[in-house]
Amino acid sequence: MAELNTGDGGGKKGGKVRSKKANSKVDLTAMVDLAFLLITFFMLTTTLSKPQSMSLGLPDKEDDKIKEKPIKVDENRTLTVMLGDNDKMVYYMGLLATPIAGPKDISYGKEGIRKELLKRKISVVEYTGNKDKGLIVIIKPSKKSSYRNLVDILDEMNIVGVPSNAIVNDFSPEELKLLEDK
Amino acid sequence: MKKKAGSTDMTAMCDVAFLLLSFFVMTATAKIPEALPVDTPASVTQTKLPDTDLATITVGKGKVFFDLKGREVRIKALELMGQKYGVTFTEEETKTFSLMEGVGVPITNLKQLIGMKTSERNKVGLQPGIPKDSLDNQLKEWIYNSRIANIDVNDKELQIAIKGDAKEEYPAIKQVMDILQDQKINNFSLVTGLRATEK
Repeated sequence: MAELNTGDGGGKKGGKVRSKKANSKVDLTAMVDLAFLLITFFMLTTTLSKPQSMSLGLPDKEDDKIKEKPIKVDENRTLTVMLGDNDKMVYYMGLLATPIAGPKDISYGKEGIRKELLKRKISVVEYTGNKDKGLIVIIKPSKKSSYRNLVDILDEMNIVGVPSNAIVNDFSPEELKLLEDK
Repeated sequence: MKKKAGSTDMTAMCDVAFLLLSFFVMTATAKIPEALPVDTPASVTQTKLPDTDLATITVGKGKVFFDLKGREVRIKALELMGQKYGVTFTEEETKTFSLMEGVGVPITNLKQLIGMKTSERNKVGLQPGIPKDSLDNQLKEWIYNSRIANIDVNDKELQIAIKGDAKEEYPAIKQVMDILQDQKINNFSLVTGLRATEK
């Protein structure tokens, strides 16, 4: 490696004045190391600091109630998830009066809702026999639920790959009771 | 006497390295102190937010802040808002506003806010949030006018992102979503942090 010459100490040795070698080279290796380290740091931070975003599409909101057509869906394909306070969640499959599964408390995350969603996703396709008619998840966030709950459940939709989901804000009295009881 | 050359000339490499370094330092945007710090919930989505044509609505602690990207768009939006509420801004004020961060004050107090120093302005809890109730829905006007401004300046539809605090209750978010939906904005983004993969 290059070295920084700091003049030769033994100039007088031997009584002969040697012609000094003019070596003005400075060892730049360490400097280059540092520069590249900083480059790496800035490159990574600039790209990583950009916030992530989840796109959300909502159906058209029709002011005119008459125009709003109720959409009929097969109740065997719907799974309703109600978000309560304190990170609680209740789900049921089908209609609340005649549920296929539930209503039951379930937790967020890998062991809770994700397992159920994965199971239902497969069973619904088996039931309809049509790949395009998959599971429909209805998300009902209650007034007490937090924004984190909503994002968490939407995130589960993305992870599991639920074909269609909807955010519904209407609660029937039975559903409200169910949430409060839990 | 031949000198053994065991070293490479690092000068050029060093030059290149520092050139790149200065480039990255300059393009890196310094983290600006936010007037309304929010803790965004995590998700596994990897989609990044766009850099332009974006309006961010920050919701936290019951307050709503509004931020708009792009200087030209901000100037235009402020002008439109001024017209709507009968507030005139001087050229100096418009310029300051175009360089500012998100605002969270009613339009009547905006002049006062612009007059402040940056450090004072971003004090936590100073700005009361933009009024968004049905009597005085300034948030709606901000969104509406910003969309006009963005189409005027960039000839593109404005993207809306909601940056909500994880602990914020759902009705507050719902209210913002409703304001957006009233303007037929049915597609928008939710700003989230990155979740460590736990698969």
